[in-house]
Amino acid sequence: MTSATPALRVEGLSRHFGSLKAVDEVSFEVAPGSRHAVIGPNGAGKSTLFALVAGALPATSGSVWLHGDDVTLLTEHGRARRGLVRTFQHSSLFLTATARENVLLALQRRHGVQARPWGAVRRRRALLEEADAVLERLFLHHRAGQAAGALSHGERRQLEVAVALATSPSVLLLDEPAAGMSPADTQAFREIVLGLPSKVTVLLVEHDLDLVFGVADRVTVMQLGRHLLTGDPDEVRASDAVQKAYLGAEDTSELFVDEEGA
Amino acid sequence: MSATSSGMTPAPAPVRRPFPVRTTVLVGVVVLLLALVPWTFGAFTVATFTRALVFAVLAMSVNLLTGVAGMPTLGQAAYFGVGAYTGALVAIHWSDLGVLQLVLATLAGVVAALVTGPLAIRGRGVAFLMITLAIGEIGFSAAGRLDSVTGGTDGLSGIPPVVAVPGTEGLVNEGLIYYYVLVVAVVAYLAVAMLLRSPFGLTLRGLRDNEGRLRAVGYRTDSYALAAYVYAGGLAALAGSLWASSQRFVAPGDLGFEVSALALLAVIVGGVGSMWGACLGALVVVFTQDYLGQLFSGHAPLLLGLLFVLAVYLLPKGIAGGRSQWRRLFPRERSQEDDEAVTPV
Ligand SMILES: Nc1ncnc2c1ncn2[C@@H]1O[C@H](COP(=O)(O)OP(=O)(O)OP(=O)(O)O)[C@@H](O)[C@H]1O
Ligand SMILES: [Mg+2]
Repeated sequence: MTSATPALRVEGLSRHFGSLKAVDEVSFEVAPGSRHAVIGPNGAGKSTLFALVAGALPATSGSVWLHGDDVTLLTEHGRARRGLVRTFQHSSLFLTATARENVLLALQRRHGVQARPWGAVRRRRALLEEADAVLERLFLHHRAGQAAGALSHGERRQLEVAVALATSPSVLLLDEPAAGMSPADTQAFREIVLGLPSKVTVLLVEHDLDLVFGVADRVTVMQLGRHLLTGDPDEVRASDAVQKAYLGAEDTSELFVDEEGA
Repeated sequence: MSATSSGMTPAPAPVRRPFPVRTTVLVGVVVLLLALVPWTFGAFTVATFTRALVFAVLAMSVNLLTGVAGMPTLGQAAYFGVGAYTGALVAIHWSDLGVLQLVLATLAGVVAALVTGPLAIRGRGVAFLMITLAIGEIGFSAAGRLDSVTGGTDGLSGIPPVVAVPGTEGLVNEGLIYYYVLVVAVVAYLAVAMLLRSPFGLTLRGLRDNEGRLRAVGYRTDSYALAAYVYAGGLAALAGSLWASSQRFVAPGDLGFEVSALALLAVIVGGVGSMWGACLGALVVVFTQDYLGQLFSGHAPLLLGLLFVLAVYLLPKGIAGGRSQWRRLFPRERSQEDDEAVTPV
């Protein structure tokens, strides 16, 4: 690889909860434009890693670099404004607001009008059309006027991604976006990820390994808070260490079984 | 799986909205009815309406924080007091012009909220409630102790009649005072309605629904919590100035805990989050206190307590909280189709 500045770099990142090292000295890089997956068994520390990268949790030690800048001391909203945006494993939406308003909240911040106390949101045509376009991309346009709280689980997962996408991120962290989506929606979601502009870097936590190996060009494996390996999908598939860590089994085929229902 | 069928019909995407005719007509009719009050009722009742309108503005302020931004407060009487004393002092020492009193009082409320807000917004939920409660108490005791400014426990009297239009006489007639308050209250209502529809209004609802997610999409949420606090402080102070003009007397009792509590009660009775609900709630609370309180002399607090219990049991979402709970109270034959079976009380 040439020395292009990584879109994202974590350096010796740790987070301890008491004696538990949820994330333990993790270091790796994500190349610009990469679709980079993070996999690992339940409790490996993937979501905690995302919280550290997004700035929602303070790190016990280590640093986070965004496009070559140290953002470790930056707040969560500060990182989001710089284009480092995540989705949540457990849908985190504005439940009394409509699906469209959920997206609008992200959009109006990006357009810098979030503090404007005049002019009805409903009359901002450009904003509304942009919101509906984002919803359409996630197959939610027919639900635009519904309260987020009235959406099904799968639809909430889609809206979760729509809200993040609406911020126009440069580095997008997706925490199990497809968990609970129907197979058809998962397939469609895969197309969405593949169809994102190549200037958007995607970091993806996912248990659905078909999806992972379908979209990822790099894969990082975590286990018990530690970074086990980062490599090409083929390398990861072939690695004995990964199989032992991930399944405690040597049988490669099981790596591709869809293990849902946590 | 839930059996609600609300999601059956896909909502059309109403990108272009017609002018809100129904709302405008409704507001017009209500304002018209309110304008008829001085012609319909005696002086005592008109005075009660005046107080109810002032209280409605305060209730809107409480609702902006509690219902819209999700920050339940018991301290708004402090900013109401700042506005009342500022309005009174401006009237006594400087100018009897209403607009000037209103503007300066609102500014004073804004400044007071800006100074105290950073402390209050350190907490959310119950913590916020407790801090605002403390702020309210501090305001109350400060009003009683700063003799040289506030007149101490004696209060400030000798407030000259307010002049609504420059060059005209001050308002002494109960009906004219009522109109002065009505006009300002309607303007305040429209301003708040505009605020709620604006991007900032959406931001505040986002703050209430999910502050963490708001942060995750790049909002410095503390700033918006503080902004909500400042807007609400200004609005409460505006109400305070109306109070000083209409009562022509301000005393520490006007900013006691009771005032904050009654304003919160008005919001709960009216329907948390709804502005017209808050106004209606204010009317109900003030008339309960004044009329029923007189009927059963001295038992106003008891009646208000009863009102609260009734509201919470019969209309948990408040007067403005949607038709379903009203239908449950007054069932009609055809109500079955859209309501799930509710055991009759
Ligand atoms: N706030 C917290 N306090 C204490 N322990 C925590 C906290 N958050 C996470 N943990 C622990 O840290 C470890 C890593 O959790 P994390 O949610 O990051 O795992 P994960 O890899 O995302 O797992 P999953 O695949 O189930 O989502 C777990 O043992 C979890 O119990
Ligand atoms: Mg997780």
